[in-house]
Amino acid sequence: MGSELRCKKLMSKEAAVNLIKPGSRVLIGGFGNAGDPKLLIDALCSSGIGDLVIMSNDLGSPNEGLGKLLTNGQVRGLIGTYYNWNPEVAIAYNEGRIFVDLVPQGTFAEAVRAAGVGIPAFYTPTAVGTEIAKGKETREFNGKTYVLQEALKADVALIKAYKADELGNLVYYKTARNFNPVMAMAADLVIAEVDEVVPRGCLDPECVVTPHIFVDVIVNGGELS
Amino acid sequence: MIVLPEDQAKQRIAWRIAQEFNRTECPLFINLGVGIPTMVADYINNDQVFIQAENGMLGLGPAAEEGKKDPMLINAGRIPITETPGCSFFDSCTSFGMIRGGHVDATVIGAFEVDQEGNVANWIIPNGKQLGVGGAMDLVAGAKKVYIAMTHTTKKGAPKIIPSCTLPVTGYREVDVIVTEFALFRFLEGRMFLEEIAPEVSLEELREMTTAQFIVAGDLKTYPVP
Repeated sequence: MGSELRCKKLMSKEAAVNLIKPGSRVLIGGFGNAGDPKLLIDALCSSGIGDLVIMSNDLGSPNEGLGKLLTNGQVRGLIGTYYNWNPEVAIAYNEGRIFVDLVPQGTFAEAVRAAGVGIPAFYTPTAVGTEIAKGKETREFNGKTYVLQEALKADVALIKAYKADELGNLVYYKTARNFNPVMAMAADLVIAEVDEVVPRGCLDPECVVTPHIFVDVIVNGGELS
Repeated sequence: MIVLPEDQAKQRIAWRIAQEFNRTECPLFINLGVGIPTMVADYINNDQVFIQAENGMLGLGPAAEEGKKDPMLINAGRIPITETPGCSFFDSCTSFGMIRGGHVDATVIGAFEVDQEGNVANWIIPNGKQLGVGGAMDLVAGAKKVYIAMTHTTKKGAPKIIPSCTLPVTGYREVDVIVTEFALFRFLEGRMFLEEIAPEVSLEELREMTTAQFIVAGDLKTYPVP
């Protein structure tokens, strides 16, 4: 069926990750092992493209998934929320090999969304007074203090969806959705790894989560595996 | 000092917190953190209690049995769980919108320290082996009520309910209830009240394990034990 599809956005995983320039800020979807674009991450590791700033919830496990990028020395810095699952992050940070910007998970998600929807910054009640908010501007609204958070824009987003149609409309699967639809809005180049590509018209318009306007490249994992 | 076996202590805490939610008559939305908080779900027996997970699900069911695990259906502790009829999935922004927007009635979290001002430290031990904040700060700032589920002291017997947090704080004056294996404390108008004390400890013994100042409630009750 793959050969009959008319999908101009289809690329091999290797060709897709080769669009990423060294030094890029790269958003990567997923939460733990659910919803990370595993084929794209593998291809990025093999590509050797380096000096990357990885913007993701976590960094997988040591030398596994996204963790491999760190082991390979392809990472300049991390912007994300939770690296407790990969203790190599704390080691690399304490040795001064990488920078780490910790952002509360909800603030991270919203900052990515803000970047995608043209909002440069917003005030949030999360983290007021804590070490995470040190040096950040605060302001009172109705007697309550809020912290200013700037949007988190990226050069590239690598996301994982369940199905795409030929245009690049995306639907997701269970808790593998997480950050993916948000990140799809927030980068100049959006590469979506999917399990299946279906003909135009085969996705119920009421169920499309990410409209194809946000998607630039599709890597069909179903065809590859 | 009286010490309960760890498993017994954890089960007792989880059971006691579940009783807070089980008596609800209207829909109650709760978020459960990792560790003892996750165990609270085992003792929920009211179908008006809906569990939310910050990785994007409302209406979590119990942990998935061996052979029925779906790696793409997990809770925020990465544990494969199950669906309940009427559950839903959504992205991380919507999920934290529920939390920050005040739609989640309660969060149950673990803690390293809680102090008498209602401040909680639960996200990092400086220069440690772990680097992460996750959703902890969003949850304490956003959920309507913050329940702390933790053992009364550290494994070495050091108090965890103290006058002032020594570790980096997750949220200031956000704690509503502390449940340990020996006591239930509730914060009312910025003051910490001892409402329940377990049958095997005296008030004196509890004070030795608790360096924070607290007020003994006028109607101090015996902590119900399952």
